[in-house]
Amino acid sequence: MTDCDNSGGNPFGTAITTTDIRETLDFMEDWEARYRYIIDLGKSLPEMPASDRTDESVVRGCQSQVWLNSHREGDRLWFQADSDAFIVKGLLGVILAAYNGQTSASVLAFDVDDYLDQLDLLRHLSSTRSNGLRAMIDRIRAEAAR
Amino acid sequence: MNAVASTLDISALRDQFPILATEINGHPLTYLDSAATTQKPDAVIDAISDYYRHDNANVHRAAHTLADRATSAFEGARKKVAAFVGSENEKQLVWTRGTTEAINLVAYAWGGRVLQEGDQILVSTLEHHSNIVPWQLVAARCGAEVVPIRITDAGEIDLEELRRLLKGPARMVAVGHVSNALGTVNPVREIAKLAHEAGALVLFDGAQATAHQVVDVRELGCDFYAFSGHKMYGPTGIGALWGREELLAEMPPWQGGGEMIDEVSFDGSTFQQIPYRFEAGTPDIAGAVGLGAAVDFLNGLDRDAIAAHENDILQYAIERGDDFDGLTRYGCASQVSGAFSFVLNGLPSADVGMLLDQQGIALRTGHHCTQPLMSRFEISGTVRASFALYNTREEVDRLFTGLAKVRTMLS
Repeated sequence: MTDCDNSGGNPFGTAITTTDIRETLDFMEDWEARYRYIIDLGKSLPEMPASDRTDESVVRGCQSQVWLNSHREGDRLWFQADSDAFIVKGLLGVILAAYNGQTSASVLAFDVDDYLDQLDLLRHLSSTRSNGLRAMIDRIRAEAAR
Repeated sequence: MNAVASTLDISALRDQFPILATEINGHPLTYLDSAATTQKPDAVIDAISDYYRHDNANVHRAAHTLADRATSAFEGARKKVAAFVGSENEKQLVWTRGTTEAINLVAYAWGGRVLQEGDQILVSTLEHHSNIVPWQLVAARCGAEVVPIRITDAGEIDLEELRRLLKGPARMVAVGHVSNALGTVNPVREIAKLAHEAGALVLFDGAQATAHQVVDVRELGCDFYAFSGHKMYGPTGIGALWGREELLAEMPPWQGGGEMIDEVSFDGSTFQQIPYRFEAGTPDIAGAVGLGAAVDFLNGLDRDAIAAHENDILQYAIERGDDFDGLTRYGCASQVSGAFSFVLNGLPSADVGMLLDQQGIALRTGHHCTQPLMSRFEISGTVRASFALYNTREEVDRLFTGLAKVRTMLS
């Protein structure tokens, strides 16, 4: 963990916020620049140790896999996530920027489809079983609903 | 420019496929995913809309003129498709939703009746899930066992292993004609011979074969042949099972309902003869008509020239792949068709696919519905480019230009 990392062990939701991401992507129209940025975001997400990549944490997709772990501190939720695909890992960062460190109520109230649509990244969520992202979001929301 | 001397005008053929003129993400579409589904020529699209515009009615009820027309179109398509796979008797061609349903039909209706505890069904490690799971489901019910025939590192079925396994209680050998993930063309005639010598039946999954080579079920020597319309320039939702007459005649119905019955009463019902016994409910009439049109389309082409062209494209891709730093090819069988499967060393295949998509290149990444095969090679998936008659060397060049950019972006 670096100085910028939060209780989730990553900078998303604290050092890297949804505003940061929105402001950066708003300036990028070129697909190469956008994807380089997203891949870079993924590099800020630490690799999940193999011991944390359990059967409970995995979300299997046809083309890539996602792992998600979560814990509560007080009324706040913190998430660790990882993927075997670089772009999906970057998208995990984008999503965690919205959810990490939030209360259950905020997590449930957040319109993630609209957020990703505004970033022009919604199609990655529409790939449902393909990359595991939609299923992961469902799990985050289910965690918040507990 | 095509290095193969050819009577084919690929450009004119491409013009018949309207979707190929589409732009994706600001680039011309480079469609390299025909193993997932093929694109459709105007002739097929028109046949389907013309059917709904002029001939649509329910079939087999023949009370009025339109019903006659619909029935003629439907049964005419059956005859065409049966002949296309080498069968003169259209009663041996059962319409299904596709290859998957055809295999399920055999597993359920043949397997369910015949398989005993301890019997074995042999499938290869190459198989698509659709030629594994139906057998697992029936095996679980009957106490039978699904046993995999191992493959070589080149992605070929180990025939010595097959011979060894056939000494056991094998009742059915079910293998693909052509591997969807690796492109391996299996030695199907040899496999059929070996299976029959051991007293086992043989089913071929022909999904990846019928568009790309001439299939003659009598010549192949199989007992069942399953295939899909949408993988041979026809619509989705339609496919067929060809079966030997005496085998089909002994199989009980598997789905009940209208069309497959003779008489129905609360004291019991009786059923139709083959093939209708296996076709419950109103069929995909338009789909059958569309598949018939796809058969007409293919029959109107020089199929040898098409095969030579497709082979040229695949070999060109393999050549370019050999020259590409950091590319590892999977599936180096002595005979290959359709699929070029690879990984870029150290780079996740899913990312390769996404970044190629941004450049208008459509292909598939992942396990390709062949998880046991991927486990065998200890990988989670590959990048697969698959080719059909409308692909060109220029498209292969675009693929490799795209891959070079991807390699830079991900490294």
